[in-house]
Amino acid sequence: MFIYYVRLALLSYRRNPILSSLMVLAVAIGIGAYMVIFTLNYFMGGDPIPHKSAQLFHVQLDYGNPSFPDFDPPPQLTYIDTLALLELTSRYPRTASSKFVGVVEPDNPEIRPFSVSGRGNFSDFFTMFDIPFQYGSGWDRSADEGRQQVIVLSRELNEQLFGGIDSVGETVHLHGYNFTVTGVLDNWSPVPKFYDVNNGPFDPIEEAYIPWHLIVDLRMDRAGNTNCWQAPEGDGFQAFLNAECAWIQFWVELQDRTAYEDYLNLINNYAAEQKSFGRLQQPVDKRLFDVNEWMVEQEVLPDETRILSALAAMLLAVCLLNTVGLLLSKFLGKAPEIGVRQALGAHKGSLFIQHVIEAGFIGALGGLLGLGVAALGLEGIKVLMGDLIVSDWMHLNLTVVVVTIVLAVVSTVIAGLYPIWRACNINPAIHLKLQ
Amino acid sequence: MEFGPILRALLRNKLGVILIAVQIAFTMTVIVNAVYIINQRGELMSRPSGTDEDNLFYIRSIGFGQNFNEEVTAADDLARLRQTPGIVDATVINTVPVSNSGSSSAFLLEPGELASSVPSAIYYADHGSLNTMGLELVAGVDFTEADVLIRESSSNANADTVIITQALAEQLFPEGAQAAIGQVVYTPSDQAVRIIGVVRQLQAPWPLWEDIENAAIFPEIVIDGASLYLIRTEPGEQDRLMPMVEEMLGASNEQRILRQLRTMADTREESYRIDSVMTRILSIVIATLVFITAMGIVGLAVFSINRRRRQIGTRRALGATQGSILRHFLVENAIISGMGVIVGAVLTVAFNMFLVQTFNMPRIGWYYIPTGMLALLLVGQLAVIGPSRAASRITPALATRSV
Repeated sequence: MFIYYVRLALLSYRRNPILSSLMVLAVAIGIGAYMVIFTLNYFMGGDPIPHKSAQLFHVQLDYGNPSFPDFDPPPQLTYIDTLALLELTSRYPRTASSKFVGVVEPDNPEIRPFSVSGRGNFSDFFTMFDIPFQYGSGWDRSADEGRQQVIVLSRELNEQLFGGIDSVGETVHLHGYNFTVTGVLDNWSPVPKFYDVNNGPFDPIEEAYIPWHLIVDLRMDRAGNTNCWQAPEGDGFQAFLNAECAWIQFWVELQDRTAYEDYLNLINNYAAEQKSFGRLQQPVDKRLFDVNEWMVEQEVLPDETRILSALAAMLLAVCLLNTVGLLLSKFLGKAPEIGVRQALGAHKGSLFIQHVIEAGFIGALGGLLGLGVAALGLEGIKVLMGDLIVSDWMHLNLTVVVVTIVLAVVSTVIAGLYPIWRACNINPAIHLKLQ
Repeated sequence: MEFGPILRALLRNKLGVILIAVQIAFTMTVIVNAVYIINQRGELMSRPSGTDEDNLFYIRSIGFGQNFNEEVTAADDLARLRQTPGIVDATVINTVPVSNSGSSSAFLLEPGELASSVPSAIYYADHGSLNTMGLELVAGVDFTEADVLIRESSSNANADTVIITQALAEQLFPEGAQAAIGQVVYTPSDQAVRIIGVVRQLQAPWPLWEDIENAAIFPEIVIDGASLYLIRTEPGEQDRLMPMVEEMLGASNEQRILRQLRTMADTREESYRIDSVMTRILSIVIATLVFITAMGIVGLAVFSINRRRRQIGTRRALGATQGSILRHFLVENAIISGMGVIVGAVLTVAFNMFLVQTFNMPRIGWYYIPTGMLALLLVGQLAVIGPSRAASRITPALATRSV
């Protein structure tokens, strides 16, 4: 029976090819446009580390100067507070992290020295964020406090420096110092770059990773956002380190509720203590944010995609209204045929199913074409955006394909319910008379 | 005119009318707000930065190795650049206007008075900066070489003179640019600086910053491992000079790498790319929506005419002219579209209020609404004109057939 109804749907399509194609096109454009935005939101606003996002917490403190009007507490931490948090406890995996840039001088004289983007972080960084390694691993915890000159390379940098071989144990000359390679990352490009949303949430990952303390010890050239709300007392680098300047991100992994309560307690006590010293006077809503909360708090999803979401929803509504109107025309135009079928004994139920299938058929065609529209749309956005953001993730995945087809069929059938109901309630006698 | 009969005929098919009207209302909401966003982004993109953007490019020099002396290299590089034929002037500066990256601080009228501080972008550049960027001095004087302070990046002692923009001067001293000259203002670390000049315009580096016209230039060369050279050429010389400058600097000192050889025009394009992408996407949305809605109107009109062929034939047989049949369908569409655009006007304003509240965008101008209404009425009329003309050609003889 199903096959028969599909054949009827096909026949009906052929009878009114222009009207039917118009419907398919409307569904395709509406669904396609919606899917482009859905894909953008799915990735840009999605959970980049779903199995752990509820266990990783970013720490924010009550920063600001009460005499500055409208001062938003910066998302990062000061050097002094970072050292204090590191002292606070080592029960839980945690990492401070900051960006730097440095010049690498390859041993191979054929390759000119070049500049790399880097990150100072703790050894826990690699395990907390489940970063995949191609060779070796992160450094030992002892290397953090021992301030050993060790380095982890991105896959691209290893390619560039060592031709992609297992370079563990090799030496890299960075910023005038020798670093020993402990590991090489595999391909990894989290979207959004959740561990650092303050310096470009859709930027590529860094190329080199070194123990965080070395940023200060070796006076690496810091990069990324720095926000001060009080002038340093005195001059020089040490004065900057002691100043109320936030430039360090701090993440901690808390695996269960008990750990969370325990850590929150420690942080709250620290904040209260600092407050009594006259610091941390501007209260914040929250001190520990998990990955998803943090991305919402930091407004990672651009305004543009949010505006486009609303517009795409309205575009889809227009396309579906269009389809309702056209289906209504089409089904009412079929009145004589429906009259004949009813006169020959067709139940209202089977007429109903027949028309649901016909509407679904149009929806499915629209959905398939919509996939093409969506793929084209994403490709277009990728071309327009160029190298502004990492856009490897911008493609249709299985979820999006399935959602597209299902959404197209379901929405077309729903849009068709009224026309179907009208079609099933046609009085056969009138139309038989006209035959 | 046969307004009454048309209305009564419409009421026989309420749902069809509602469908088209709602469709038109949504279409209008999307289109009018999209046009408004496009215009608003266009305004952002067309703001001048105050600099001679067409003739500016820059290059960054990063030193490495023990023997690299940034101060000596910068002085040497600037001398070479300024001697090069075709180059108007060059400066070493901490960042490039419109580049989205830079430094900000604030100025205070009295030391310690943070509450009344005026925020400003800060440029650190040597005495060639005004001439290099092509800034127009409206009051006071330019820097001289003697004003320039060379300092380590870890030091926060500023130079004691500053040149500020007119917008910043007027915020600090409401009497205007001239009144600002010679005045002493304070940095957040309570250091006194004297305003020696005011320039007409120099934008802060961040296109979305609310205080974008507030900027100040300190005559300082900051020693921080890298030097950014901003270079102004004679018109038309840029393409020839860019590779030449890179080669010249590269050859003069091996202990450094050169990066980011770029023009200001490219920098502007990149900083505003999201806006131009948005503009293009919205234009496509508008075109698509107009097409879909128009096609929907055509489809439904063709259908409703086909259903009424015999009635049309009868009217013709009873003496209605082709013109009156044509008019019937045009008026019918105008009534439906009219309802649509009235609802559309309400929805448009509602959606705009959502945009204003959620995204801090300025409110839509009132004239967008009537313009949008007229435009959609016109689209409706154009869409329906084809089917209506076909209807008017239905022969009166049809009335006598087949019944």
